[in-house]
Amino acid sequence: MVKFVVKRLLYMIPVLLGVAFLVFAILSLTPGDPGTIILGITAKPEDIASLNAQLGYDRPFFIRFFNYIGDIIFHFDLGTSYQSREPVIDSILARFPNTLKLTIFSMSVSSVIGISLGILSAVRQYSVLDHVCVITALIFACIPGFWLGLMLLMLFSLKLGWLPPYGAGSLRHFILPTITVSMTSAAGLLRLTRSAMLETIRQEYIRTAKAKGASEKRIIVRHALRNAMIPVITTLGTSFGASLGGAIIAETVFAMPGMGTLITTAIRQKDIPTVMGATLFLATLFSLIILIVDLLYAFIDPRIKAKYRNGGKSHE
Amino acid sequence: MSNAGKKRNSQLSEIWRRYKKNKAAMVGLVILVIILFLAVFADLIVPYSKCIDQIGAERLQGPSLKHFFGTDEYGRDLFARVIHGSRYSLFIGVATSLMALVIGAVLGASAGYFGGVVDTVICRIIDVFMCVPPILLSLAVVAALGTSMRNLIIAITVSCIPGNVRLIRSLVLTVAEQDYVEAARSYGTSHARIIFRYVLPNAMGPIIVNTTMAISDMILSAAGLSFIGMGIQPPSPEWGALLSSAQQYMFTSPYLLLFPGMFIMLSSLSFNLVGDGLTDALDPKLKD
Repeated sequence: MVKFVVKRLLYMIPVLLGVAFLVFAILSLTPGDPGTIILGITAKPEDIASLNAQLGYDRPFFIRFFNYIGDIIFHFDLGTSYQSREPVIDSILARFPNTLKLTIFSMSVSSVIGISLGILSAVRQYSVLDHVCVITALIFACIPGFWLGLMLLMLFSLKLGWLPPYGAGSLRHFILPTITVSMTSAAGLLRLTRSAMLETIRQEYIRTAKAKGASEKRIIVRHALRNAMIPVITTLGTSFGASLGGAIIAETVFAMPGMGTLITTAIRQKDIPTVMGATLFLATLFSLIILIVDLLYAFIDPRIKAKYRNGGKSHE
Repeated sequence: MSNAGKKRNSQLSEIWRRYKKNKAAMVGLVILVIILFLAVFADLIVPYSKCIDQIGAERLQGPSLKHFFGTDEYGRDLFARVIHGSRYSLFIGVATSLMALVIGAVLGASAGYFGGVVDTVICRIIDVFMCVPPILLSLAVVAALGTSMRNLIIAITVSCIPGNVRLIRSLVLTVAEQDYVEAARSYGTSHARIIFRYVLPNAMGPIIVNTTMAISDMILSAAGLSFIGMGIQPPSPEWGALLSSAQQYMFTSPYLLLFPGMFIMLSSLSFNLVGDGLTDALDPKLKD
């Protein structure tokens, strides 16, 4: 087991380097050099050239990439914004808490709603409750999150005036964005939990437990739930990514200063270092979450544990 | 030849027979056909000029018989804009899913079929892609290439490829173990022919379902990216872009937000329902 964990941790190093390279390579496709972007097209060519040299832009692609990585690892420096001339890491750290809060709130709400209703729905298959859950989940899965956000904003902020429409000042500001983001992922989790649960209930060992006269509650809680939760837990990593994505869009709807608005503003201003830093920051976080979910998964499922006992491979 | 054709037909009618039984899937199919009809015959339903004509006297008017969905801040007819907007969403949804499918099939099938170094290299690269949430990948592409329809399609396709590669690789791994593939190989059939003639067709069911579902997701992603200003730009009548410009008028003219959103939802829903129906209809194990 220890071997598996160590192996999985070591594997993170090339993956994270790969992620950095991917983001760096994509954003290097941007036409134009930083000198021109910062100083404008009307600036003197020699000024542009000297600024480019100062930023290290005149060096070859791979040298720039290794310098960038070196700065991150040794100085925790993600570069300087073209726009504000401030370190990118500062604007990220100022805005990240909002995005993180929104993502965590949404994950919690959607897990509670999605998993509990999914279980109920499966246990009472074909009941009214099941039909209502399945149809509602289907509709929510197909409603664009940002549109739901706009509708909630119109109803609860503009019409009823119960909740603040914009900003991130207090917890009350997070209520509508959290509902917006969590409904889509709750719908997905409900459908997944329901089908995992239905599959488990049909297994032989559940029939055995039933035949031995175990109560329904005991069968569900002790036998079915533990097995049905395994596929659900595996998708929690992806679900975190989806919530993060939802949060990025919801921030625009609710004008919340977070990572999403940071990235979109930076894209509009052609502020590539900020886009790169913020993207890399979130991607690293996401990779770590996937790692944690993977490890968790191995600890929870004894079958996986057994498979990896001999230091097996870390991939399916 | 005619025999093969007949076999194909009976297979299709069998699938259709199973598909018809699923009521929700039929509802999805009907909605889908209506939306496709609107997109294809948009010009006959309402001329494109009505999307552009700005009638100063009729700004921000609610729905009426003259303007079914009302008018926007420039006095343009929202009905015309929503109907013509369906072309963007459907085209982007279908184009991105198909492109991601082709690229995913080539990479996934090579990884699963050849194994060894090819598999390792492709899988490691996909691992890296999987570590970047799809929306961030799309945003990075848009940041680098700029905002336009073409770039939006590239951005969404890129974010959809990794999942496809994984799915197709695992399907191919299962099929490649079958005896008929071994038999074809022993005849000295070329790799490309084995992959495209034997392996992929037998993995087709889940691939078709996955692609149908992907269209539903891609429509939502495209609308979302356009909404935050990173996709198709106004004045193009794309649904996400319509919502983005309608945002300022949500207090006075909520209908501007209602109709484009409903259409996004319905088109996404229809592909989702059809995908669900196909899951059962295409699974020969569920034959009854």
